[in-house]
Amino acid sequence: MNDHKHIILEEGNIQKQTTTLNLGPTHPATHGVFQNIVELDGERVVKAEQTVGYIHRAFEKLAERRPLYQVTPITDRLNYCSSPINNIGWHLTCEKLLGVKTPKRVDYLRVIVMELARIADHLICNSIVGVDTGAFTGFLYVFQYRELIYEIYEEICGSRLTTNIGRIGGFERDFTPAAFEKIEKFLKEYPAVLKEFEDLFNRNRIFMERTQGTGGISAERALNYGFTGPNLRAAGVDYDVRVHNPYSSYEDFDFEVPVGSTGDNYDRFLVRNGEMWQSLSIIKQAMQKLEQFKGTDAEVYHADVPEYYLPEKKDVYTKMEALIWHFKIIMGEIDMPKGEVYFSVEGGNGELGYYLISDGGRTPYRLHFRRPCFVYYQAFEEIVKGSMLSDTIVTLSSLNLIAGEMDA
Amino acid sequence: MALTYEHIQSALINKFGETIINWQIGVDMASFEAPKEANLKILQFLYDEPSLAFQFLTDITAVHYPDDSGRELAVVYHLHNLVENVRLRFKVFTSIEDPTIFTATQLFSSANWMERETYDFFGIQFVGHPNLKRILNVDEMDYFPLRKEFPLEDQTRIDKDDEMFGRGGSIR
Repeated sequence: MNDHKHIILEEGNIQKQTTTLNLGPTHPATHGVFQNIVELDGERVVKAEQTVGYIHRAFEKLAERRPLYQVTPITDRLNYCSSPINNIGWHLTCEKLLGVKTPKRVDYLRVIVMELARIADHLICNSIVGVDTGAFTGFLYVFQYRELIYEIYEEICGSRLTTNIGRIGGFERDFTPAAFEKIEKFLKEYPAVLKEFEDLFNRNRIFMERTQGTGGISAERALNYGFTGPNLRAAGVDYDVRVHNPYSSYEDFDFEVPVGSTGDNYDRFLVRNGEMWQSLSIIKQAMQKLEQFKGTDAEVYHADVPEYYLPEKKDVYTKMEALIWHFKIIMGEIDMPKGEVYFSVEGGNGELGYYLISDGGRTPYRLHFRRPCFVYYQAFEEIVKGSMLSDTIVTLSSLNLIAGEMDA
Repeated sequence: MALTYEHIQSALINKFGETIINWQIGVDMASFEAPKEANLKILQFLYDEPSLAFQFLTDITAVHYPDDSGRELAVVYHLHNLVENVRLRFKVFTSIEDPTIFTATQLFSSANWMERETYDFFGIQFVGHPNLKRILNVDEMDYFPLRKEFPLEDQTRIDKDDEMFGRGGSIR
């Protein structure tokens, strides 16, 4: 026990020129459980040691005792700012293992939900960057629309933050008319809000001076550090899983991938804003595509996978077969096919990968989550070395680090 | 010229001969195995060879197969060539008595924490790692929790007197 010193202090040494600052784990400026032991020379960072794992919950171990369905609520708690992406990513992984083909309408519904989640995720991240640079207004203003997104989730699946949205093969029920109304409302009102948000920040002198040239990383280093998502794109690499390995029919949509050049906090901010515009356009396109479905096609909301998709409640109460399937699925008594699959989706902050190994049993033999912010947080020291302490805080929030995802 | 799996396979076999085994193309990507002594050489070759250029490390993790004597632990690398958009899975197996493997941190900075995580959960010793210590679990832990000999708690156990969690008392 005694040889674990969490604060590195050379006691009694008057030669010591630097200050050690214990930033976190529950510092109000860190937005999550992050500990950084920062070595400061005046106000400049000379060393930063990150400690992670404060909210480690052993998801990978838990998943080895859970049937596929029961893993979905675990994925909620990875990046909890955009849980629907995690849920749907997990379902897509299972579908890949099981070889399920989803109908186009399901894909489009999923795209709508995932893009809403992406907007919610970027919205939080960008407005928090604003808060950390001293601009609270934007944060307060856009949260009204995050609330609207959460109401849409609520209409679709009944919950707001940890959504557990969807099922293997699709959704548990069709979107209600109220859900569509709310999506329309969001599409109508949000562009003006986002425009105003951008007007508050993009050319704001104070904001630009705080963020430009701070927390930058070159494209080469970013790739070497395994950056993905908006942080990599801000450094100038146009890697986007939605384009490179399209899933859920993203290939049917027409959208741009915003890229930056310097990889600094300002570029990351702009890339996220740009992505929100693209997400809006994707949702609009998806809504138009949904209108093309006529007759029974317009009521499809799940694929035909009786072994994994819970039967409808009215059938469960009246039909023997459906009742049996219901119990088999709920009790996790279905053997999966043998196999090994890596599947990734574009999460809110990067490539969210699921590596699933099945030995033919009822639960995964091994499940590993590739959590984007766990991978890129290790670059933090290199990014902040030599910068001011106050820039460190902005960098921390602009990297979009989510403690829940990092610690899995 | 698009990068094909046939090309990767032949390039690897030309360079490393019969040590490349179990080449298969799965539903997601191609995968192969190699002896653990060669892991760094192969990663370096895949990185440097201009026609392959697997320069993005997506993931490192491990799997424990307790029944497979002599090759209980598998370390799995997921590599990605971002230009050609080709993914590759590479496995090395090691025995549980001597779980040592060369580190990839010199090649990929991202391997640092991934290997620490793998060490933390499976006890794989990455030789040459600059800072191989636990990352998510507490430093005092003296076992490697994702190995299969550590089962999760039996959900039906009744020996725990723990009213707060709904067990004990009422069950007996």
